[in-house]
Amino acid sequence: MTANIDNPRAPYVRKKITRSNFEMWGWLFMRGSGVILVVLIFGHLFVNLMVGEGVNRIDFAFVGGKWASPFWQMWDLLMLWLAMIHGTNGVRTIINDYAEKHVTRAILKIGLYSAFILTVVLGTLVIFTFDPCPANAPADLLPSFC
Amino acid sequence: MTATLDKDTDTETQAGAIPSFEVTIKVRRFIPENSDEPYWEQHTLTMYGTDRVLDALHKIKWETDGTLTFRRSCAHGICGSDAIRINGRNRLACKTLLKDLNPDKGPIIVEPIKGLPVVKDLIVDMEPFFASYREIMPFLITSGNQPSKERIQSAEQRERFDDTTKCILCAACTSSCPVFWTDGQYFGPAAIVNAHRFIFDSRDEGATQRLEILNDKEGVWRCRTTFNCTEACPRGIEVTKAIQEVKRAMIRRAF
Repeated sequence: MTANIDNPRAPYVRKKITRSNFEMWGWLFMRGSGVILVVLIFGHLFVNLMVGEGVNRIDFAFVGGKWASPFWQMWDLLMLWLAMIHGTNGVRTIINDYAEKHVTRAILKIGLYSAFILTVVLGTLVIFTFDPCPANAPADLLPSFC
Repeated sequence: MTATLDKDTDTETQAGAIPSFEVTIKVRRFIPENSDEPYWEQHTLTMYGTDRVLDALHKIKWETDGTLTFRRSCAHGICGSDAIRINGRNRLACKTLLKDLNPDKGPIIVEPIKGLPVVKDLIVDMEPFFASYREIMPFLITSGNQPSKERIQSAEQRERFDDTTKCILCAACTSSCPVFWTDGQYFGPAAIVNAHRFIFDSRDEGATQRLEILNDKEGVWRCRTTFNCTEACPRGIEVTKAIQEVKRAMIRRAF
């Protein structure tokens, strides 16, 4: 008969060694993207809410007009990507810090990455394929250049 | 004549007397032979202004309940054996005066340090902690011929890592770290502090290897700079600062 007793003097071992620069790049990205996002987001808020008539200006024509310009397309695209990667990476570290079981971690991360992919793909698609002048729309709702 | 003498000695003891007070100690007990559940136990003791938490634990063990189990060796803040959680903060029992813990405002809560498996009462299994310490190779690494005399170092070069040489491996920092509490896989502040002690030592040549080891998913990048470790350190080491310096060294190495 063999007894299954753990060796009481067995040294503790880390579950696995995971050496790579991934966490370092993640850490650096958080700092870099944070600074860029401050500029992008406050620029976005200023242009949308403060300039001219402010928030009352925002309608389909305003958004359509903005996305007709490559400058605002790139601004919004950069804001979308940086904010989504920054936020997802932040939530990823929170999951790593608080979820104790591997299963919980895996489930939460699958949810997180699915939400990330959905939002980024959909957002990018909209920014590039947005039609500011849809056919058969009433003219008073459309941007002036239609 | 005798009466006068007696009177004199009386006033002298009163003037030099150490103030005594009642103190309630609430200890988290865990005795695996009896039960799988930990429980709280209260002791009310008469202690003096010069007494430390360790003296209260001694008084309980020696006079009330001999089953109370805790570690202590030197009892003077050098050996690092008696790190425990006192009123929710990691402290050395031998360096914490009872009078500084507001004993008149409710019981003083004494628990084992968090994040390491409890063996009995206030004793935890330090093996995971020491395993991380061993992983960072806490010894001098050199190459080439040994010098015939000493390895020379300037006062400035010595000053660079002076702070992190003070570590006594009590685990107060590591077991105060919320990241370590989750799954105990994080290297922890103490291992990083002791790596820092060699990384920034001008005589040592193993910095690259140590940085490589700590550039792990469970290494320095898990630090969230909550400063719990700096707050807990009984030697006053600026632990969080040391971790940040190791991070900076890693970034420098990458560029």
